[in-house]
Amino acid sequence: MTATVPAVPAHSPGSPDSPALISFRDTVKHFPGPDGGFTALGGIGLDVAEGEFTAIVGPSGCGKSTLLAIAAGLVEPTSGEVLLDGRPVSGPGPDRGVVFQQYALFPWLTVRANVEFGLRTARVPRAERRRRAQHYIDLVGLADFADALPKTLSGGMKQRCAIARAYAADPRILLMDEPFGALDSLTRSQLQEQLLQTWERERRTVLFVTHDVDEAVFLASRVIVMASRPGRIDRTVEIPLPYPRTRATRLTAEFTALRTELWQAVQRSEPTARPASEATQEN
Amino acid sequence: MPRTRPPAPPPAGGLSKTSAKPPAGPVRAAARRRWTVRLLGAVSVLTGLALWQLLAALGAGGVPGPGPVAARGAELVADGTLIADALASLRRVLTGFALGTAAAIPVGALMGWYPTARALFEPWVQFFRVIPPLAIIPLAIVLLGIDEAPKITVIFLAAFLSTVVPVFQGVIGVERTLIDAARVLGAGDPTIFVRVVVPATTPFLFAGARIGLGASWSTLVAAELIAAQKGLGYRMQQAQLYYDLETIFVGIVSIGLLGLLMDRLLMAAERRATAWQERRAA
Repeated sequence: MTATVPAVPAHSPGSPDSPALISFRDTVKHFPGPDGGFTALGGIGLDVAEGEFTAIVGPSGCGKSTLLAIAAGLVEPTSGEVLLDGRPVSGPGPDRGVVFQQYALFPWLTVRANVEFGLRTARVPRAERRRRAQHYIDLVGLADFADALPKTLSGGMKQRCAIARAYAADPRILLMDEPFGALDSLTRSQLQEQLLQTWERERRTVLFVTHDVDEAVFLASRVIVMASRPGRIDRTVEIPLPYPRTRATRLTAEFTALRTELWQAVQRSEPTARPASEATQEN
Repeated sequence: MPRTRPPAPPPAGGLSKTSAKPPAGPVRAAARRRWTVRLLGAVSVLTGLALWQLLAALGAGGVPGPGPVAARGAELVADGTLIADALASLRRVLTGFALGTAAAIPVGALMGWYPTARALFEPWVQFFRVIPPLAIIPLAIVLLGIDEAPKITVIFLAAFLSTVVPVFQGVIGVERTLIDAARVLGAGDPTIFVRVVVPATTPFLFAGARIGLGASWSTLVAAELIAAQKGLGYRMQQAQLYYDLETIFVGIVSIGLLGLLMDRLLMAAERRATAWQERRAA
C-alpha cells in the first residue's frame, strides 16, 4: 500500500520540474456574519502542474467548492491569491473552463449553440466556430443531438454537452465542481471513463472536486484531501495507477487498496461532528 | 366472491376502456383530453346562447335575443360602422400597449439588474400600480385634451404597469449559475444581458404582456365611454342614448371576441418564443 504523503509541497509525480499552471498562495476565504462569521478556507497552498488531473475530496463544508470558485474567479478570496501561469487571477475568464454540478446549460439554446457560446463571446469567425463546436460535440458523443434543446436530453447528456462547451472555449484548465454528482451510478461511471478518454486525448489540466472517493481514485493522478473548520488541505494521496485507465482498472487489487487508503484519509480528516453553532474559529 | 367470479367479458359499451388500454400511450390520451375539452367548450357556449334566447323569449327587461343582435351586427358591418369602430379601438389599444410594453422591458430590466435603478423606480411603480388607470382619465383629459393622446396615455400606463413588475421579477430570478456559466465563458455584462437575461426573462415578459393586454383593452373601452368620436366604447355610449340595446350587445360581443383573439395571438407567440421551457404537458 502506498504511504500517505503529508500535505504541502505538492507536485505532480509525472512532471516533477514543470512549473505550476495554477497555484493557490495562502488563499483565505472568510464569510462575515454574526459570531465572527465563517472561515471557509484557512490558508490554502496548492500547485497544479500543466496536464495534471487533480481531484479534491473532503467532507461537505470543507470549502472545496469555494476553492474551485476562487480559481474560476467567481468568488474573491479574502486574502492570498491564485496564480494562473504566474499571473494573479482576477475575475472569471475563458482561460479557465468550469463545469457545474447543475449543468448550467442555456435552456433556450441548442446543444450546438451552447457549445458555441464561448466561441461567440471570443468572436471566433462563424466557420471556425462551427468546426470547433462540431469537434467537441463529436468527442462527447452528442453528434445526433447537436440541434436538440437541453430539455430533451437526459442528465448525462446534458453534462456531456456542458463538458463539450467548456472544452470548446479552449481553456488552459478545466475546473469541475462535482460534475457527476447528480447522475445515477451507471451513467456516472460511463461519464468518468469518457472524461478520462477526452483528457488523455486533449491532455488538458483538470481540477476536479468530488465527494466520491471511488471517482477521485479512478480519475486523478493525485488526490487532495481537505478537512473542514477551517477548510484546509489535510493530506495529499498519490494515485500511481497507470493511464489509460479503463473499466478493468476498477477491479484491480491496487485500485481497491488505494480506495481504502483514501477512504480512511477522508474519515480521519473529518472531525467528530459538532453542531455548526458551536464552530470555533481556529486561527 | 373474488375467487368464484368468472373472467370479466370485455366491456361492450366501451365506457370503462379509458384506463384499461395501456398501449394507447400518453399521446393518444392527451389528444382525447383535448377533444373532450373542446367538446365541453362548445356545449357550454351553445347552452349559454340557449339560455340567452330563453331569457329574451321570456321578455326579461326587454333584452334582445341572439337573432336580432346578430342581425344588427350584420347591418353595422354592412354600413362599415362596426369595422371603423373596431379599427379605431384596436389602433388605440395596440399603440398604447406596444409603447407600454416597450418601456416596461428596459425599466423592469434595469430595476432587476441594478439595485440603484430599483431603489429609484420602485416607489413610483408601486404607487401608480395601486391607482386604477381609469382614475387617471380625468387628469389626462384636462392635461391632454380629448384627442387620441389621453386615451393612448392611459392605455400606455395600464400596459406599462402590468408588465414592468413581472419583467423586473424575471430578471431578479435569473438563475445564478446561468450567469456564472456565461461569465466563465468570457461574457461581459452587456453580453450576459442580451444573451442570458433577456431570453431567461421571456416567459415572465409574456406573462406580464398578457395581463397588460387585458388591462389595456378594458381601460380603452372605459376611456372611449367618456370621451371619443369613434370606437366600440363610443358606439355603445351613443346606443345607450337611443335605447338601442341591439347595438350595445353587438359592442359587448365584439369587445369580448377581439379581446379573446388578441389574447390567443399573444399566447401563440408565447408558445413559440418559450418552446425551450420544460413544462408540464398542457
